[in-house]
Amino acid sequence: MAGIYVHIPFCRKACHYCDFHFSTSRDRQREMINAICRELVLQQDYLAQEPVHTLYFGGGTPSLLTADELHILLDTIRANYALQADAEITLEANPDDLSENTLSVLRQAGVNRLSIGVQSFSDAILESLNRNHDARQAVDAVRRSRAAGFTNVSIDLMYAIPDLSMALWEETITTAIALGPDHISAYTLTIEPRTYFGHLASKGTLIETDEETAAAQMERLADLLAAAGFEQYEVSNFAKPGFESRHNRAYWEHQHYLGVGPGAHSYNGVTRQWNISNNPLYIKAIRKGRVPFESETLQRADHINEYLLTSLRTSRGCDLERLRLDYAFDLRADRMTYLENLRNLGLATLHESTLQLTRKGRLLADKIAADLFVSPTEG
Amino acid sequence: MENIRNFCIIAHIDHGKSTLADRLLEYTGTLSEREMQDQVLDNMDLEREKGITIKAHAIQMNYRRDDQTYILNLIDTPGHVDFSYEVSRAIAACEGALLIVDASQGIEAQTISNLYLALEHDLEIIPVMNKIDLPHANPDAVADQIVDLIGCKREDIIAASAKEAIGIREILDAVVDRIPPPKGDPNAPLQAMIFDSVYNSFRGVEVYFRVFNGTIRARDVVQFVATRRVYDADEIGILKLQQQPVNEISAGNVGYLISGIKVASEVKVGDTITHVDRPGEPIKGFENVKPMVFAGIYPVDTSEFEELRASMEKLQLNDASLVWEPETSAALGFGFRCGFLGMLHMEIIQERLEREFGMTVITTVPSVQFRAVMTDGSVRLINAPSEMPDPTRVDHIEEPFILAQIITKSEYIGPIMGLCMDKRGILKNQHYLTTDRVELSFEMPLSEVVFDFFDKLKTISRGYASLDYHLIGFRESDMVKLDVMLNGDRVDALSAIVHRSKAYDWGRKLCEKLKDLIPRQMFEIAIQAAIGQKVIARETVKALRKNVLAKCYGGDISRKRKLLEKQKKGKKRMRQVGNVEIPQEAFMAVLKID
Ligand SMILES: Nc1nc2c(ncn2[C@@H]2O[C@H](COP(=O)(O)OP(=O)(O)OP(=O)(O)O)[C@@H](O)[C@H]2O)c(=O)[nH]1
Ligand code: SF4
Ligand SMILES: [Mg+2]
Repeated sequence: MAGIYVHIPFCRKACHYCDFHFSTSRDRQREMINAICRELVLQQDYLAQEPVHTLYFGGGTPSLLTADELHILLDTIRANYALQADAEITLEANPDDLSENTLSVLRQAGVNRLSIGVQSFSDAILESLNRNHDARQAVDAVRRSRAAGFTNVSIDLMYAIPDLSMALWEETITTAIALGPDHISAYTLTIEPRTYFGHLASKGTLIETDEETAAAQMERLADLLAAAGFEQYEVSNFAKPGFESRHNRAYWEHQHYLGVGPGAHSYNGVTRQWNISNNPLYIKAIRKGRVPFESETLQRADHINEYLLTSLRTSRGCDLERLRLDYAFDLRADRMTYLENLRNLGLATLHESTLQLTRKGRLLADKIAADLFVSPTEG
Repeated sequence: MENIRNFCIIAHIDHGKSTLADRLLEYTGTLSEREMQDQVLDNMDLEREKGITIKAHAIQMNYRRDDQTYILNLIDTPGHVDFSYEVSRAIAACEGALLIVDASQGIEAQTISNLYLALEHDLEIIPVMNKIDLPHANPDAVADQIVDLIGCKREDIIAASAKEAIGIREILDAVVDRIPPPKGDPNAPLQAMIFDSVYNSFRGVEVYFRVFNGTIRARDVVQFVATRRVYDADEIGILKLQQQPVNEISAGNVGYLISGIKVASEVKVGDTITHVDRPGEPIKGFENVKPMVFAGIYPVDTSEFEELRASMEKLQLNDASLVWEPETSAALGFGFRCGFLGMLHMEIIQERLEREFGMTVITTVPSVQFRAVMTDGSVRLINAPSEMPDPTRVDHIEEPFILAQIITKSEYIGPIMGLCMDKRGILKNQHYLTTDRVELSFEMPLSEVVFDFFDKLKTISRGYASLDYHLIGFRESDMVKLDVMLNGDRVDALSAIVHRSKAYDWGRKLCEKLKDLIPRQMFEIAIQAAIGQKVIARETVKALRKNVLAKCYGGDISRKRKLLEKQKKGKKRMRQVGNVEIPQEAFMAVLKID
């Protein structure tokens, strides 16, 4: 089982919060797609011909791809990798790109899951984030996707944004539910350095939402979506039964994946590697037949910590037996008092060998994971 | 012997002792140009970094004048009040002292206290007015102060600049002409006094001594009188910048001895070295140094206790003034109760443990030594709040008092009086040194002075105040033990012994401070201060609500892991007490209470 991630590093304009790798200058888009295809060929042995069950076009803005570009990418993948017939093929799209025409191109190409960057249904909020679409376009995009025959549609929402009141957030969630998506990813605004918001924050003109408000919005989200039949299968991800993102799940379960395109990350069970986050340098290197990446070999402690970190965020929880068998780490024995404490505080449950965080515990998932982390020297 | 001079350099802190020593070494050609650096004798890392002398340093120079070569044994001393015992040791090995006074600052508290130490030992005092190069130097006024203080003639004062090498020859000539050569009989039975010892990891303990009578030769069999131990003098020598082995050292001279001693506690500074087969009388040494401040030192990581013990033992080899014994705390586990000469000494020990031995330690609330006079008349010494006996069996508590001498400008008398009163001080004397410089004497509890008193004094006087103090005895005081509870559990390491009149105020401020220092955790934390069963203050640290990033990371899991690992590292100095994680600074919070 393996996955492929394709990074499309272009956007129409820069959202104020975004620190993903992208460029707003698109004149070399076609060259870039060719380079990515070339990388796909260069990397064809990376997954050792494991069956590929998920393919994910992320970015950037993959909905900027032309029909042509999408086809050559898919053709290259099919020709070089064991892409399964029933593979989940996701494409991230911005509402302003999803015309009927584009949607039918995507369908025909074989995309069977759309992840639409809605973020909000408030024009004022969308404006403040510098998104390239308004609320109307967001609603239309979801409806049109359905009409075009997409049976697996996800939308992204964002909260803990300055000026997003609880009332407005509830309204956003209700609107989202009413549109009937199969999956919702909801992220808190994090203020990153080297973004416009980061710049404002360093000047003191933008203030990050306080912990209490963010927590309350997070809880409200979980409650409303639960009532609407969504399961919170991960801190930021909610799905109707059967609609969990298989691609994301593969990340958390540490399955192998290949990421192509500038800034993309790959993992083969032993090392993690990431491509250079620079479009011209990426193209230049690929042209010379070289994939420009850096890599890191994961040590035992890294494996354990990454598993703790990702698994505790999921509803499935952390499989202590797996930690014991795969990494000889007996968490139950080594962290007994801490686990007791978590249970007494109502933050976690332990059934058989599964450690799961409760609703309250999930709000502290990062701290709990970090508390449980092992140090490189720990036996 | 006629050509030997033994002298030390004494002064208030920063008046330029070590810099003057540089010039003397330079002038006499004791060091090559390559070896020269600023304050060359301050060879410990911490001394160089802090720019102050911590340990006295002895070095021998040869000075040629009129066809004569003089052997000058110099000891540079520290000026900080914590290390005044180093000055008394140096003085015991000398016949004279250079008393340095900064020409811009004039006489300060340690100028006076160190002068008196020297006079007690009948040392010949050579007053030197240093830093005359400074534009704001005030040589006339300062010369008046010196004349008043010592009762010397104006012409006796040597004007100098250690920085600009002014007056160096005059100083050397004065050392030769004014300081008497040592007396003593090289053929009498050996009497050599140990004035310092240094641990060297290759050579073991090096003993520094001053021969008063007799002669010590390499390979002699010697005995240390107080410890009665017998050693072979494997190597003796004189103290140049590097040690220089010689075959014999006779009455009047200063040298070092290496005899394979591995344990520093075998060497008692102040002890007399003599020959086994022809013993001399012991010389009157000096009293052991007494620690002023006590605090617990614990490893942050409980499993490092043995490692900490080994480190403390090694530190003690170098610093005999550090005393400690094992101690257990319910909150912190196994550690050591240590006695320090003062807060600077404590800070230095902590830094050395961390730097030289890679230990991460927690230091608990410092305390002075109290005495509990029990109802049955017996007396118990209390070095830690946990040793405070059951109040029903205590007749009364006594605390150490000091006489504090503060020298300041007259315009700051008001605020300084206010501060001292607030610290339970009693004004004993007020003495004008000049029209605008005054010496104030207070009797005060030591416990009020050791912590932040000096910092406050400097602040309210804009730096124009210096402080010296010495113990004058124990006095009855209404002291109570103030406990801190976290979620109802007493944290012994946070307890303190305070005067009843201040307990409420302390309790409240301590709780507020702890509230700031203890990070929010997964549950609410109640911080309470109590005297006995009675809670006198309370604060709450609210539970952490959210600590999870709901962010899209894609496949970039390593980045997230590293982020969390970094956060976790930042918390390394936290100590788990019960369920509560307490940062190291919290244990010192008491010091930051106003
Ligand atoms: N302008 C000037 N500065 C001087 C002179 N002598 C010393 N200093 C400076 O005064 C400061 C303190 O000098 P030290 O020689 O370290 O003083 P100290 O008396 O040995 O200090 P402690 O050992 O800590 O008591 C340093 O910054 C010196 O450079 C001088 O003659 N003129
Ligand atoms: S959020 Fe999406 S559309 Fe906005 S800049 Fe980032 S990658 Fe581009
Ligand atoms: Mg000095």
